[in-house]
Amino acid sequence: MKPLPENTSSRGMSMRTKERLVNVMIDVVLTATCLLMILPLVFLVSNAFKTPQEMLAWPPTVIPDDPTVANFKAVLGDTPLLRWIGNSILFSVLSTFCILATSSISGYILGKFRYRAFNVFFAIILATAIVPFEVYMIPLYFQAKALGILNTTWGLLLGYLVMSFGIFLIRQNVIQSIPDELLEAARIDGAGEFWIFWRIVLPLLRGALGALGVLAFFQAWTAFAWPLIVATTRDSYTIEVGLALFQTGFTVDLGRLSAASALVLIPSITLFVLLRRNFVQGVASTGLKE
Amino acid sequence: MQRKRWMFALLAILPTLAIFAYVRIYPIGDTLRLSLHKWDILSKNKPFIGFANFEELAGDPLFREALLNTTIIAFGVLLITIPLALVLAALIYHRTRSRFAGFYETAIFIPHVVSLVPAAMAWKWIFDARLGPLNALLTTFGFVPKAWLFDPVLSVVCIIVLCSWQALGYAVMIYLVGFKSLPTSLFEAAKLDGASAPQSFWYLSVPLLKPITLYVSVVTLVSGFNVYAQAFVLASDAQGAPGRQVRVLVLDMLENSFRNYRVGYAASEAVVLLAIVLVLTLIQFRLLREKGVR
Repeated sequence: MKPLPENTSSRGMSMRTKERLVNVMIDVVLTATCLLMILPLVFLVSNAFKTPQEMLAWPPTVIPDDPTVANFKAVLGDTPLLRWIGNSILFSVLSTFCILATSSISGYILGKFRYRAFNVFFAIILATAIVPFEVYMIPLYFQAKALGILNTTWGLLLGYLVMSFGIFLIRQNVIQSIPDELLEAARIDGAGEFWIFWRIVLPLLRGALGALGVLAFFQAWTAFAWPLIVATTRDSYTIEVGLALFQTGFTVDLGRLSAASALVLIPSITLFVLLRRNFVQGVASTGLKE
Repeated sequence: MQRKRWMFALLAILPTLAIFAYVRIYPIGDTLRLSLHKWDILSKNKPFIGFANFEELAGDPLFREALLNTTIIAFGVLLITIPLALVLAALIYHRTRSRFAGFYETAIFIPHVVSLVPAAMAWKWIFDARLGPLNALLTTFGFVPKAWLFDPVLSVVCIIVLCSWQALGYAVMIYLVGFKSLPTSLFEAAKLDGASAPQSFWYLSVPLLKPITLYVSVVTLVSGFNVYAQAFVLASDAQGAPGRQVRVLVLDMLENSFRNYRVGYAASEAVVLLAIVLVLTLIQFRLLREKGVR
């Protein structure tokens, strides 16, 4: 975008103003699009603080005239919402931990220990990555049932212990960013294999693990179909399932639904904005499979 | 020494492999097996019935309705998301150095990360026939308000809108990665030759980004075929039964399994879903390879 020498002429000046004008127009279009994208969520949060009368107002107000916390009080009285949020947090944290553990160790082994048998494992892992979870969740449900872990965090966790993409991502990172010489040098110095993994490999994978961790957390946090079939008692619902079933009730008004949704959205959006870099890195890497 | 390394590698990878076999490979195999058997949850024996489940599926009106709805939703989302994402990513990339770039990326991406159900709730309000701003807006401009979520055709449209709103952020993000990897020298050359920005977008970026477009399209289609939560929340029928208004594949599958206790039959639906996903993925690989040969 460096200005070319002839741009200093009068014709160049007009070209530059034109370019600036185009940029302003692009900014206007993008800002409008972005506002449109987040408007539903903004209204959701604002509706949560509205009285039933104000919900009907047209045009809808962004900042409530007469903010009230009645909706929040009502919804917390109607449902064990905090418990559902707790269930979701526990499930998401455990799932993230398991996925990070299984992905880092097996990604490292598959990346640095080139035995032929392992190539077969890796091929199988890649092949099953194509299969959507919805395809095999019914047999998996019967496995959870046989283990007697329905309606528990362990039952939820069963579907989210490993992530094919995580193994793939860590393997790629190991191959790209950990030189063999480093590992060999440590071995010559007498370091054990486990020590090498723990003290050399893991610290070098910090960036990739951060991205994967955020991805895994949000994957579990937003899981729907699996928690819906595995957790079927009111006390074991995750927040997604609890909200989805709560909203089918006839007596429930939009104000309460908005309040419950806002309670879930505000922490997750905050978390996302804080971890944005990790997240973008993780999601972007899903596109680099080729 | 070599032996010790091999032992370590094997011991380290075994737990993951065991888990993987138990929670992925076994249930996938079980789905395939059950699809050829007749099994209602209550009975002990599961007789082998060959392809009878699939034959029944072919004539099952509920399944056909679900397949049709799901296909319409998946392709509807694709048609809205891909062109829009490509243009938005191009504009954001063009303004990378503006101080709003971070805001653009975050705002467009947020719908993709927020939980499905609360986000769907926001749209439920928008589409609400009585309270929703959409009908209020229509009335102000003199149009007839519509029962968005209770009309069989309109509720499919509503689900497509919701899914596209969520899918857009992901597609834009992947396209941005693609734009950043394009060779800048090519664009500078095009500029020197007098190509306008829209021209180099259409004649350079779009063809160069074809592999990315292919990838994002397949991801979008696959997640479209797995649509469930969105239909569950938006499309309750008149009795309040979730998701009944717009029957989608996953809903039909779960109903067959847990309401009608026909697990084998549900498994055969899962196999159909798997077949669709496999075909889409194969098409992607085939098209990518064609490009590589050229």
